[in-house]
Amino acid sequence: MMAAPSMTSLQRVLTTLGHKEPDRVPFFLLLTMHGAMELGVSIQEYFSKAESVALGQLLMRKKYRHDCLYSFFYAAVEFEAWGGNVIYVDDGPPNAGAPFIRKPDDITRLTLPRVKDIPCLIKVLKATQMIKEDIGEEAPIIGVVMSPFSLPVMQMGFFSYIDLIYEQPRLFEQLMKLNQEFCVEWANAQLGAGATAICYFDPLSSPTNVPRELYLKTGFAIAKSTISRIKGPTATHMASGRCLPIAEDLALTGTTAIGVSELEDLEDIKNKCRGRLAVIGNLNGIEMARWDTAQTESAVKKAITKAGPGGGFILSDNHGEIPWQVHEDVLMALSEAVETYGRYPIVPGETV
Amino acid sequence: MTEILSEFQAALLSIDVIKARRLLAEATTNTTAEQLVETVIVSALENIGKGWEAGHYALAQVYMSGRICEELVDTLLPKEDRKKNIATKMAITTLNDYHALGKRIVYSALRACGFDLLDYGRLGVEGLVKKIMDDGLDVILISVLMFPSALHVKDIREQLDKNGYTVKIVVGGAPFRLDPHLWRQVGADAVGYTASDAIKIVQSIYGEIA
Repeated sequence: MMAAPSMTSLQRVLTTLGHKEPDRVPFFLLLTMHGAMELGVSIQEYFSKAESVALGQLLMRKKYRHDCLYSFFYAAVEFEAWGGNVIYVDDGPPNAGAPFIRKPDDITRLTLPRVKDIPCLIKVLKATQMIKEDIGEEAPIIGVVMSPFSLPVMQMGFFSYIDLIYEQPRLFEQLMKLNQEFCVEWANAQLGAGATAICYFDPLSSPTNVPRELYLKTGFAIAKSTISRIKGPTATHMASGRCLPIAEDLALTGTTAIGVSELEDLEDIKNKCRGRLAVIGNLNGIEMARWDTAQTESAVKKAITKAGPGGGFILSDNHGEIPWQVHEDVLMALSEAVETYGRYPIVPGETV
Repeated sequence: MTEILSEFQAALLSIDVIKARRLLAEATTNTTAEQLVETVIVSALENIGKGWEAGHYALAQVYMSGRICEELVDTLLPKEDRKKNIATKMAITTLNDYHALGKRIVYSALRACGFDLLDYGRLGVEGLVKKIMDDGLDVILISVLMFPSALHVKDIREQLDKNGYTVKIVVGGAPFRLDPHLWRQVGADAVGYTASDAIKIVQSIYGEIA
């Protein structure tokens, strides 16, 4: 059968999001810190300048030929915007420091940060604009927000937040209102700066973390009202958490795609989401750090065979961020394996 | 006892503290507190941990169950009866990360099963090595969320080896769940994927040391 004519990355991604088969399986290398390696600077220095991140993203896409640019800096950037302290390390993403909500009553004294006043957010917007100026309509730019429901894991610490959800509904509501306002403003600012779509990171909503009954009253309702106010397409990411038991609920939040976990079978997820949600995933980023070329090729083939047929699939890692420890040879092998095995038509079971 | 276990477990999963407390209070009329801890509380926590691993329950339920059981055991057993590991000194910590949920779950589950352990909070490599040696620990439980933190367990093992200090290192957390070979790579003695794994591992280490 003749291969379909080559598409741009944006055309490829839009086609698959429309649940049709593009020329080949699109793949998102969600690289952040590796830009520092490209530029030969430390992780801290890299994230200190919008120009570095923009250049790093453009260089990495040229090198690995993947189908998106990722304007995401690090997960703790929103925590930083709210006044939290970010800790830099030499071998991983900048991490959230001590929670700034030390006791539930602190919620009543929180002030909503405005995007235009926060230097770390302005830097992300500037990087997004610079990437957009260069890439135009060739490839999508993926911006990121933490969901209002998941952000408090950093704002107040995981177990204190679970205590709050179960025991202090009034303060929980108050925090959700503030976080939602911030999330909507932050998402729309990124879209305004040139992001094509927003990745709505919502790991707490995963059934790995909260039971579905609680999710429906909390994370689901919050996602539905937040996503309806974001002026562009969204993909919801579970950051390694499971999603199968809530896949149908996720479709009702208005999101267009889901980032899924290695803990679940890609074929099962694809079957459940077919025609309603595109699936993004689910290569194991942690194991990737010790893969060789043959293991990389095998993992790519397996994922493509399970989820590629019919479109509605973007190959990616399962967490939304490739670990610093993943070697460029593996990233290159990923890229080559997608080129080799990801061309449509893909017959289920044919490439393994 | 099976019926109580099933009802007690259901009460924990629905975060029904009042029902959980009532079930135990009713059961103490014909069972000793020690037996209740072993046959109901430990079993319920083990089942819930396994259920989480299999994707049936959520982490929030595991955490709340451990917290409820910890409080119930505190009222059921006098403090001196809870020290199963009197000859074994044990502590738990998060390494570098500020994500303390996993540590809190394991801490509660072990205390609910009658083990005493120190809570070091959050420490870096140097600080943890010093604490382990200063306190003369036999067992250190290390919980991590971030992949780089998991890799730094290796530095702890190397520094302890350099000082000729022997301690059992038990690790847990997301990176170890996602890569089942990682715990050996960083020089740990054991890995626990759930709080119930941690209980079994600690019971086994305690058996070896005692």
